[in-house]
Amino acid sequence: MDWLFFFEVSLAGLGFGALYALTAVAFVVIYKATRVINLAMGEMLMLGAYMFFGFAAALALPIWAALILALVGGALLGLILERLVIRPMLGESPISVFMVTIGLSSVFIGLVEIIWTAAPRSLPSFLPSDPIFIGDAFVAPKTFWSFVIAAVVIAVFLVLFRFWRGGVALRATASDQGAAYGMGINVPMVYSLAWGVAGLLAAGAGVLLGSIAGISSEMGFFGLTVLVVVIVGGLDSVLGALLAGLLIGWVESLAGVYLGGEYEHLVTFMILMVVLLLRPWGLFGTREIERL
Amino acid sequence: MNILNVDGVSLAFGGVHALRDVSLSVAEGTITAVIGPNGAGKTSLFNAISGFYRPQAGRVYLEGSDISRTGPPRRAALGLGRTFQNIALFRGMTVMDNVKLGAHVRTRTGPLAAMFYLGRARREEVRIRSEIEREVFDFLEIDHIRRSPVAALPYGLQKRVELARALAMRPKVLMLDEPVAGMNREEKEDMARFILDVKEQWGVTVLMVEHDMGMVMDICDQVYVLNFGQRIAGGPPAEVQQNPDVIEAYLGADDMTTLRERLRGDRGAA
Amino acid sequence: MRIGSPKETYAADESLFRTRTQWVWFGILLLSLALYPFVANLYWLFLACLICINIISATGLNILTGYTGQVSLGQAAFMGVGAYTVAWLDNNATTPFILNLLAAGVMTTLVGLVAGLPSLRVKGLYLAIATIAASFILQFVFINWESVTRGTRGINIQPPQLFGMEFDNPDTFYWLVVPVTVLMVILAANLFRTRVGRAFIAVRDRDISASVLGINLPLYKLMSFAIASFYAGIAGGFYAYFFGSINPESFPLLMSIFFLAAIIVGGLGTILGSILGAVFMTLTPELLRYGVDVLEPFVQDASALLSPVRTLVFGLLIVGFLLFEPHGLAEIWRRVRRFFHLWPFRN
Ligand SMILES: Nc1ncnc2c1ncn2[C@@H]1O[C@H](COP(=O)(O)OP(=O)(O)OP(=O)(O)O)[C@@H](O)[C@H]1O
Ligand SMILES: [Mg+2]
Repeated sequence: MDWLFFFEVSLAGLGFGALYALTAVAFVVIYKATRVINLAMGEMLMLGAYMFFGFAAALALPIWAALILALVGGALLGLILERLVIRPMLGESPISVFMVTIGLSSVFIGLVEIIWTAAPRSLPSFLPSDPIFIGDAFVAPKTFWSFVIAAVVIAVFLVLFRFWRGGVALRATASDQGAAYGMGINVPMVYSLAWGVAGLLAAGAGVLLGSIAGISSEMGFFGLTVLVVVIVGGLDSVLGALLAGLLIGWVESLAGVYLGGEYEHLVTFMILMVVLLLRPWGLFGTREIERL
Repeated sequence: MNILNVDGVSLAFGGVHALRDVSLSVAEGTITAVIGPNGAGKTSLFNAISGFYRPQAGRVYLEGSDISRTGPPRRAALGLGRTFQNIALFRGMTVMDNVKLGAHVRTRTGPLAAMFYLGRARREEVRIRSEIEREVFDFLEIDHIRRSPVAALPYGLQKRVELARALAMRPKVLMLDEPVAGMNREEKEDMARFILDVKEQWGVTVLMVEHDMGMVMDICDQVYVLNFGQRIAGGPPAEVQQNPDVIEAYLGADDMTTLRERLRGDRGAA
Repeated sequence: MRIGSPKETYAADESLFRTRTQWVWFGILLLSLALYPFVANLYWLFLACLICINIISATGLNILTGYTGQVSLGQAAFMGVGAYTVAWLDNNATTPFILNLLAAGVMTTLVGLVAGLPSLRVKGLYLAIATIAASFILQFVFINWESVTRGTRGINIQPPQLFGMEFDNPDTFYWLVVPVTVLMVILAANLFRTRVGRAFIAVRDRDISASVLGINLPLYKLMSFAIASFYAGIAGGFYAYFFGSINPESFPLLMSIFFLAAIIVGGLGTILGSILGAVFMTLTPELLRYGVDVLEPFVQDASALLSPVRTLVFGLLIVGFLLFEPHGLAEIWRRVRRFFHLWPFRN
């Protein structure tokens, strides 16, 4: 066995895994705060990437401006969705809300294809392109830098989540909504916050993903893998999202190289089935005991 | 003869000990009550008996045979019927269908027969339909609402429909979790009468959780008291009423009158 | 409740149509179905066949999702199993049409049972995700099990034959698919007159207390899966015969979303809803196509817009109905009917 090659494949996988982790965190934030499983997460990510594309390529804005606008756009998208679609569904069965997000994903795909057509495109490159070596192992520079950026963003997010007032309110709401109300936390505000933050993270992940793999109206598929990630990690666990993201990225990369490209996602979904059968609450999620 | 025996049942959720070594027995053909302050573990006990919770220790016997390892549906089929503290009717169905659902355990139709709805499937439907109309609806006086969707009914009637559903199971032991909670006086009296009739006319043994002391004292043959998951007393109502531990358990109330008031207050606040 | 309708006998009260008017309407429906081919052109017959296939599949999905509360995004992939079963039998055996169709149903039922296994451990949403996984795994099988499916090249199916007749056209195919559809809808409706259907609804409404009331949850969840899959299998079998060729891309995830949309739009948990939803959702793209034709002279490349607009509209319909009319067209229909029922006296 060629260990250097194995190492390189693993690094590439972890690089991709960091993007899974980033999007998974967005997913978990929404789930923790609002108990919504957002199937449109992949499409929110796609919209973020396309907004960046629109600002940078079509409007020819400088990269940094396009990036900021895409992030703001992503956050706004999250806020609007929460306010217009999710909040009116409050108190409906979780299944209805889930199906609404399925509908949203379809809406977003349609929109993107109407505006930009279904053809794949590539984003203007903005990540440094000097080759990177870790020891003897080569890492694609885009993968390396997107890993670094994702890691920094996640770190910043974790710090905010722990110490910033909004983060604290979010965690309080997640652990006990009634109590959070009692403590004077503005719960609807927290909902908006969660969706806004998630939209922002997703847009960021979309831009990174797009700059590695290009963009297309099918890139929302990424969201399905992220769904697997959060379920494997445990829907309500940020730590689980991070570790499972890296894990799935790594396993997919190995499967893709050693078994063949078509096995990449097959392996992911097999893992999902196994986890659902053996440990449906995930590796780090809390197991809920039902009451009568 | 004891129809139901609970022997040394202990149940914990993480650190919370909902039940500690609880034993009790229910004699056939009687009405037995389980009382205790909020959070004492009464509902948990019911759930352990009907198999929804798996106790860490202890056994449950129905008609002498050990059902501790039997799943909830099987226990229902063996004769444990029940109602729920928070009404658990099926909101998408009419009153009729809710009650018919109670008869699930004593009907057989499989999916294929159901789809073709011929012969036995049809006969079975018509049979339970007429049984329910004759025995349950007339008895509980809910004939007029049989086609209403349950969600639209007032609370008191919903409770009655739940009782109807449990009766349609033709249970050997009927477990009622707070059957008159939240009812006005008249509704309470109706319900007490129904429960007595169930015992006398149907010959069904009743085990119930109830906070309304007046009702417990009036209709029960036997009372058990739970506090912090432990059984602290058991016996005929008049005896239990005098038991100092029981009085102590109810927040230091020193006589039965204040006790009753406190209990009502508790329910009001809950 | 109809005012003044007497309680007759229990048997009559338990029947599928309770009043004479309902029987009359049913008769009129059957009659118009029988006359339709004589007035419709080939295009409308084609649509009618497609609608029937979709009604079968949507009815199955509604049993699972609408009545039993188990969201499935695998209905299209299950149809694929049925379609490939028919295709394989058609190419490798000489079994008659009816047998192939039944085999498609049975095969899909078996696959559905396996795919439904996670439903024993996980609830609602998790299950939806498990069915997405099942779809992808099936998709993988369609693509890679070359010896059976011929991979991405796809596979051709001869038109069905029965009593020496060949059903190779919508105008003949109609006579095959319509009776089966009517039968399958009636079978589904019967289900909900019995304990089985009530158990499904109980699983949906309160699954925990249902088990304490004597309902074996795993059994009924799997049963619902099996029935929904059977319907998908039959629909898929018809699909294969109807289009004469299938390939792995015939049954994408979007098609599962299409069926989900159909039952949401039509009405979750009603038989009528499955029918209305399937009709509506099959006709919507046609309407859009018509709209595009109208736009053609004015908008450059209008026909390229068709597919994205369709995706968009499906999504909007799902969101819109869930937000504003969660009981779907069936509820609107009921309101309209009630209005006319009381019409001279109201207003
Ligand atoms: N599913 C569960 N998970 C965790 N704790 C539980 C669960 N069910 C019950 N408990 C705990 O067990 C204890 C007993 O609860 P239980 O509902 O049995 O009380 P109860 O006597 O029925 O009270 P009430 O009069 O309020 O109905 C409580 O502390 C409760 O919080
Ligand atoms: Mg209780």
